[in-house]
Amino acid sequence: MINDKVITPALTLRNVTKRFVGAAGRVTAVEDISLDVREGEFLVIVGPSGCGKSTLLSLLAGLEQTNEGSILLGEDPVRLPGRDRLVMFQQDALFPWLNVLENVLFGLRLKPGLTEEERLESARYYLSLVGLADKEKARPHELSGGMRQRVALARSLAPNPRVLLMDEPFSALDALTRDQLYGDIQQIFTKRKKTIILVTHNIREAVCLGDRVVLLSPHPGRIREVFDINLPRPRRINDPELASLAAKVTAALSSHINEGVNS
Amino acid sequence: MKLPRPVIPTLLAITFLGVWEWYVRTGHVNEVLVPSPSHIFKWFYESLINGELLSATWVTIRRLMIGFAIGAALGVPLGALCARVRWIRDTLGVLALGLQTLPSVCWVPLALLWFGQEESAVLFVVVMGTIWAVVIAVQESVLSVQPLYLRAGMTMGSQGWHLWSRVIFPAALPGIVSGMKQGWAFAWRSLMAAEIFVVILTGFGLGSLLHAGRELLRMDQVMGVMTVVVGVGLLADIIFFAPLERWLRCSRGLER
Repeated sequence: MINDKVITPALTLRNVTKRFVGAAGRVTAVEDISLDVREGEFLVIVGPSGCGKSTLLSLLAGLEQTNEGSILLGEDPVRLPGRDRLVMFQQDALFPWLNVLENVLFGLRLKPGLTEEERLESARYYLSLVGLADKEKARPHELSGGMRQRVALARSLAPNPRVLLMDEPFSALDALTRDQLYGDIQQIFTKRKKTIILVTHNIREAVCLGDRVVLLSPHPGRIREVFDINLPRPRRINDPELASLAAKVTAALSSHINEGVNS
Repeated sequence: MKLPRPVIPTLLAITFLGVWEWYVRTGHVNEVLVPSPSHIFKWFYESLINGELLSATWVTIRRLMIGFAIGAALGVPLGALCARVRWIRDTLGVLALGLQTLPSVCWVPLALLWFGQEESAVLFVVVMGTIWAVVIAVQESVLSVQPLYLRAGMTMGSQGWHLWSRVIFPAALPGIVSGMKQGWAFAWRSLMAAEIFVVILTGFGLGSLLHAGRELLRMDQVMGVMTVVVGVGLLADIIFFAPLERWLRCSRGLER
């Protein structure tokens, strides 16, 4: 059986703890998080605001450093930002002084060992993958919010990172655009076999996209429960089976929150 | 009926000049102190023909451009340094803030003693007029670059000089250009002050021409030169800064 073989996970988190010193004193954002993310897995981290999920993603991206514990990418410790872990942010973070194609090329140009032609080809390939091949000369402000997020997706995929990190990239979009993007992401995920970690507060979205859903509870952010989602892809957000699974996760979440209030 | 936009300003200007001309000719005012528009225009024409005006304008504009270029070339890296390094911001940054409020004509005595009545003295005054405004503008606009752009750039592997030249600087550019425009205005004022205040032996600029007009009691010359000074400032804005700012804003969707 394949499972008997020892496979190095794409990302390993061991007892990760992060504290901040803010105006309100010392705050523990995430505490003692241990998690293996498999190669080619779509992992979703879900939880209410204040559960430290965005902090966790910043730690994975290397934009923040852990206080305790370690994060390994393959076998290398994560300390600084790097091309192997690209991030899609809540706002698209496209550079307004570059056009769509140049935005996608930005990360590619930082990747050594490619000719300019290969970079162009790759940028155009990913733009067509997100359905924006005809918009390469447009400036970000000329596009709708959904299109901009698609460009951001192409920009993060183009340098072919080992892990794609998504920080609530759909939360600022309208429902219709969002549903469309869920479809796109799943299609790309199936096609490109990427390891993706998505952070969100939207439980339906989590169940729709994730192979596994990790539920975090707030103050401090800890892992409460992990759900395996075995629904066939492509999944549709309105699927009744998906909705009932989402209800289960929601119930688990609210029981944890009530527990916290009563104690 | 909708008139083309330049019609009303033109009509008003003609009326204004007409009334002025008529009033001076009625003899109610001393023509030596208040020359008529036709007198000013006559001076304008004559000094254009004999080359005096053009050569003075060129001397002044050359000083302005060189001084401004030096001031901006020094101000941009210094401003970036202020934004990047805390202790430089706390020292040079604060100094720049203070010196920016110092009227640049205050530099003239110092410049004369250090450099003499020469080109370098004027340039020094112009540089001092420009540099602090540019330093402050660059510092402020670099500090207010959205952190999101930095995070995005860094996760894509940009760092050090690449991050500065490809993310921070382009993001800060609109603010930097506004600062340059302000620096330009300060440079222009300080140059005029210097040229009127002292005789610069190495060149006869617009300020000197204006000053000479006063000494010769030629008010037509004084007012004519003032018109040119206003014109140069206006042209710099219309030809250079306004289109640049507009382009920057439009291409980023901040303006239509």
